[in-house]
Amino acid sequence: MNTVLIFDLLKVSFGEKVLKIDLNDQPQSIEIIVQENRELFTFLRDHDQLYFDMLSSITGIDNGPEVNTMEMIYNLYSIPFDLHLMVKTKLDREAPLVPTVSDIWKTANWHEREIFDLLGIRFEGHPDLRRILLPSDWEGHPLRKDDVLQERYHGIKVDY
Amino acid sequence: MAIQYTYHPDHLKNSESIYTSVSSLKRGEMVFNIGPQHPSTHGVLRLEVVTDGEIVKEVIPHIGYLHRCFEKHAESMSFNQTIPYVDRMDYMSAMNSEHAYAMGVERMLGITDQIPKRVEYIRVLVAELNRIASHFVAIGTYGLDIGAFTPFLWLMRDREHILRLLEWTCGARMLYNYIWIGGLYYDLPLQFEERCAEFSAYLKPKLEHLETLLITNKIFIERTAKVGVLPLDLAVNYGVTGPMLRGSGLKYDLRRVDGYSIYPELDFDIPIGAGAMGTVGDCWDRTYVRMQECRESLKIIDQCLTMLSSELKRDKDFNPRALAPKKIRPKAGDYYVRAENPKGELGFFFRTDGRSDIPVRCKARGCSFVNLSVLPEISKGVMISDLIAIVGSLDLVLGEVDR
Repeated sequence: MNTVLIFDLLKVSFGEKVLKIDLNDQPQSIEIIVQENRELFTFLRDHDQLYFDMLSSITGIDNGPEVNTMEMIYNLYSIPFDLHLMVKTKLDREAPLVPTVSDIWKTANWHEREIFDLLGIRFEGHPDLRRILLPSDWEGHPLRKDDVLQERYHGIKVDY
Repeated sequence: MAIQYTYHPDHLKNSESIYTSVSSLKRGEMVFNIGPQHPSTHGVLRLEVVTDGEIVKEVIPHIGYLHRCFEKHAESMSFNQTIPYVDRMDYMSAMNSEHAYAMGVERMLGITDQIPKRVEYIRVLVAELNRIASHFVAIGTYGLDIGAFTPFLWLMRDREHILRLLEWTCGARMLYNYIWIGGLYYDLPLQFEERCAEFSAYLKPKLEHLETLLITNKIFIERTAKVGVLPLDLAVNYGVTGPMLRGSGLKYDLRRVDGYSIYPELDFDIPIGAGAMGTVGDCWDRTYVRMQECRESLKIIDQCLTMLSSELKRDKDFNPRALAPKKIRPKAGDYYVRAENPKGELGFFFRTDGRSDIPVRCKARGCSFVNLSVLPEISKGVMISDLIAIVGSLDLVLGEVDR
């Protein structure tokens, strides 16, 4: 099984929801549309020739106000078949909302909280979407390109 | 100028929210905090614990006290300038983290195959030395947590030799900046190989002492066996890696699975937990896996030393920085690189635009961060003293949890 075959397999089952394949990335990636990504991920996890049982990492990227998109990148790994897959999805920057995968892979729970904390992407259906690294009363999401640091936090000057 | 702080009674409440609402507590239940300043949390970790008498009902970890904006910093610095920051993530095993990071950037540049063999062997040698040092701290402080003082002192004594060896190579005891992209800071110092071989011979009986003193000690077994059992399916679903996953019985080590660097050429075993003292995946299994990994690392060190003093002998023309690129400009794309750290899978995600030597995005997937997330699941319904035993067996480094 390689990425091209996985792509074809996904195309058959999900059609329009699977956009394109990029063989230059390491590991090779597949781009999907963000809505209803949950069925696709469940399919990837449960398929008997793929069995992507481990979610290594989730990354959120802000492309800045000019491009006006954000991206989510899921790095999956299949322990029994030694397969890598990177799944990408683009989302709207104004009100970024992604269905959660934290019930498919429990590890996504904290990863999604981290992305919410640093980038302000919201996760629909997440059981406990709180800030994780920054204090609860911090203002803004520091990894957004247009984030402006607050001047003072509890009377402490922030930007030195 | 001193830091100015304005006192307000609500500040504390607003910044560190108590997750549990007091009104929802049942009769006899109580909320209390362990940490962030507490010796058994191994750093600035705060555990909000809901208890009923001695029984833990719920654990809510609060992290972020050591957040140093690694990802934000990495977005404003070139790849080679980030290496000292990588050191400071998992400060107990900086060599391993550097190795993973340098390997990732080299893979982006496409120079992985050109790295000289001697450089690779030195990298693996220092990384495995650091792995032993990291496991020694893990086992030593774990013993300390549950009342065994002597092993901690013995292990710190032996770890000191490793730190001195590493200090000799690069001048720093814990935060090395030794492994560079495309090479090394310096070649090994003269006679390092002989001294390191002496150390390896010295350490082997010490590991036997450790096993009799701590691992097979009756009190230690009573405190750790059948405690904090992590079933394999739960571990995989939570993304748990490293000795914790192997303790749950899966032979999964990225040094073998991915076979990066020169690990395919080396002979070593992957110890897994078998439930010898209780259940597979309990705290004892995790600790015993760490201890056995020290033996395997010693095997690797011996093989590296043999190679470094025979086939890949020191040569005065050898320049470990020969391949270090002057301008690091990887072509545009997304990369995810992972490597086996003492605590698990350390991954780096890079996005590069192909125009600058600064990544657009650099995300670190810390193994301690992911391993900690399973804590609430495996510590439901245990005694408070067992909670301390479970937290210790996770082998957390808060520098990496918070990044």
